[in-house]
Amino acid sequence: MMRFRFTQTAIDTTLARRELLDSGAGGYVSFEGWVRDHNEGQEVTRLEYEAFQELAVKEGERIVAEALRRFPVKHALCIHRVGALDLRDMAVWVGVSSAHRSEAFDACRFIIDEVKHRVPIWKKEHYRSGDSGWVNCERCAAAPSHAQQHGHAHEHGHAHEHGHEHEHDEPAATHS
Amino acid sequence: MQLKIQYYALMREQAGRSEETLDTACATPADLYGELVTRYGFTLTREQLKVAVNSEFSDWSRRLAAGDAIVFIPPVAGG
Repeated sequence: MMRFRFTQTAIDTTLARRELLDSGAGGYVSFEGWVRDHNEGQEVTRLEYEAFQELAVKEGERIVAEALRRFPVKHALCIHRVGALDLRDMAVWVGVSSAHRSEAFDACRFIIDEVKHRVPIWKKEHYRSGDSGWVNCERCAAAPSHAQQHGHAHEHGHAHEHGHEHEHDEPAATHS
Repeated sequence: MQLKIQYYALMREQAGRSEETLDTACATPADLYGELVTRYGFTLTREQLKVAVNSEFSDWSRRLAAGDAIVFIPPVAGG
């Protein structure tokens, strides 16, 4: 059974949780992502999720496998909803069972954070104003991209303040 | 050379289709994106995207082969 999967219908957490049961586990941690009525100053009325499922299930499975390698937990599972969702609906569920709670919290957080950053899933918000927008796509497309801004600054930096710019670069380099 | 291209989310809306087969001389995904920006006026820059070839993340400079399936991946927003 895949440890990352999609569903078109409501996520059944009772069934999902059952897959994590293990007599060596002392408990389990779960995270539920819900549809919220606001985002960045806009009143949200409903959402649509769309995924490139062939790649998304592979990348999601890799994330869960990474979590199981990094943290000494028993089982982990992530289920993501796609299609049309209303306010309060559950968009994503992550569950991790473990002998001890600390690593279950850590693994659960790792999975949801990585899923948000790496898995090809997109979210379209519909607003009370009648407007709608793809999250992370519309606003950044309208403004000059960071890459362009950075490139521009870099050209100037080389001529005038190379040392200064280098200091700024270091924390970013070690961060990854 | 024929390539299959699938579009998702904002790019699907801007292209007005979710997939197509294109006859192109483009050698790499980077070249192909340039051609498609001209055709559809995509607002996302290449720097904002990732690209997948045959359902796996790929380099922008990979040499494309006939029959490859390409997906450009806008900034993601799962969760």
